[in-house]
Amino acid sequence: MLPLPELTAENTAFWTGGERGELMIALCDACGKAVHPPQLLCPACGSQQVAPRAMAGTGTIHTFTVNHQPWLPDMAVPFVLAVVDLDDAPGVRVTTRMIDCDPQAVRIGQRVTIAFEQSGDVWLPLWRPIAEGEAA
Amino acid sequence: MKAAITGVGMSDIGRNTGRAAMLHLAQAADRALARAGLTRADIDGIATYPGKAEGSPGMSPLGTGEVRAALGLQTRWHSAVPDGPAQMAPIMVAAMAVATGQARHVLCFRALTESSSQSAGRRASIPGAGKAQVGGWLSWLVPVGAMSASNWAGWMAQRYFHEFGMTREHLGMVAVGQRQFAQANPMAVMQKPLTMDDYLAARMISQPLGLFDCDIPIDGAAVVIVSAADAARDCRLPPLRIEAMGSALRSAETWDQRADLTTMGAHDAGADLWARTSVTPQDVDVLALYDGFSIFVPLWLEALGFCGHGEAKDFIAAGHIGPGGRYPVNTGGGQLSGGRLHGFGLLHEACLQLWGEADGRQVADARTAVCGMGGGFIAGAMLLQRD
Ligand SMILES: [Zn+2]
Repeated sequence: MLPLPELTAENTAFWTGGERGELMIALCDACGKAVHPPQLLCPACGSQQVAPRAMAGTGTIHTFTVNHQPWLPDMAVPFVLAVVDLDDAPGVRVTTRMIDCDPQAVRIGQRVTIAFEQSGDVWLPLWRPIAEGEAA
Repeated sequence: MKAAITGVGMSDIGRNTGRAAMLHLAQAADRALARAGLTRADIDGIATYPGKAEGSPGMSPLGTGEVRAALGLQTRWHSAVPDGPAQMAPIMVAAMAVATGQARHVLCFRALTESSSQSAGRRASIPGAGKAQVGGWLSWLVPVGAMSASNWAGWMAQRYFHEFGMTREHLGMVAVGQRQFAQANPMAVMQKPLTMDDYLAARMISQPLGLFDCDIPIDGAAVVIVSAADAARDCRLPPLRIEAMGSALRSAETWDQRADLTTMGAHDAGADLWARTSVTPQDVDVLALYDGFSIFVPLWLEALGFCGHGEAKDFIAAGHIGPGGRYPVNTGGGQLSGGRLHGFGLLHEACLQLWGEADGRQVADARTAVCGMGGGFIAGAMLLQRD
């Protein structure tokens, strides 16, 4: 099993929002900047009013890799790890595995939507392709 | 600059050597001291990266304390730098230490036994493996399955391919060229010929990176002695003056959030380096560029201004960086074919070139070398000159 993230004041909302099906990204209330990885201070304006907000959970693949090497004894391969530009949080990318996809059909620019999978006390985000014509 | 490199040494590195890290370290230290014409009694400072790392078997088995004890060093200054300008950090802080009078001769070291550790089934190079939780920047990678640096480098390669039309053949030219250099270096661990067909036929690790895009875990150690400028004049070899260093970093501590993923921290450090000197890339004779993964080589070439952004594939295809090229990169075989000493092996080779000791692969009258260490968000760059 993969190690889980250590939960902190900054990142707990991100890792547990999936319980409600929500992708939580920290936004600065003062200037609107999206701050990821989340932190207590806004790097743009210095405000401490940074709070997690639910995002739409959709985005576009910025880059990806198809992992073929089993790094752990029980690791199923191949799988895709995608770095995704969020639609509604400029400058923020959410990086995770893809599900429900043909690894060799994944491409940069592809549209994806978020899904979640519980593991221990966190909900890991996963990216799933948006099919042509599917609303998102 | 008030600091110089006066000696380098590398142990008899290899795969699964069965020799303790400290024995590799002592051998590398003795070779570096002999080159410098110094003895252990002359060493009054010690520095390493990252310091003893208990959680990663073989990645960094030795700290400064046990090396001081084993070699009987009486130091006035010591430092281990896990959070700095990449694997070059200890050499940089050593330069600052001698420039401010904290020490006269600093022994900088890097020791690894990743090959033995992996053979023992401990998967040394996979961060977080076997742990219940990970924190810090790794917590954004490992829990979602991005456990290997090959995944992180794979993202950069994929984006670079997409934006600039690079193909696997270009990275293959890096790997094949460095293997040709390795065949002229008896210290390199990979001596078998490598053809482009071999490269392209090898199994994928993290697409688009395959087996020969990844460096080789080894057991070994390397030592670099950094001396104060006045103390360096007493050494056996001409001092290799540290003309400039670059360690800028302007993006976050992440592998995926940098605005332009076809650049790295290297681009910040590289620009910083040239801003501190009148020397230019055209003056450079030998390059030592971090090649933990082949994709880092074109990125470092651009970061250091040897070609423009997006031009590295053509620069490589023109034959500039391989044997006989105008800007030879990693002439000892690099980490791809020489073995992974986390940048210290690359710097070791650059110094041999400047001293004219690179038998069989010597670049004629090499006087200026540039070295860039690190990948992703860590980077340090250094310019060396033999006067
Ligand atoms: Zn703000």
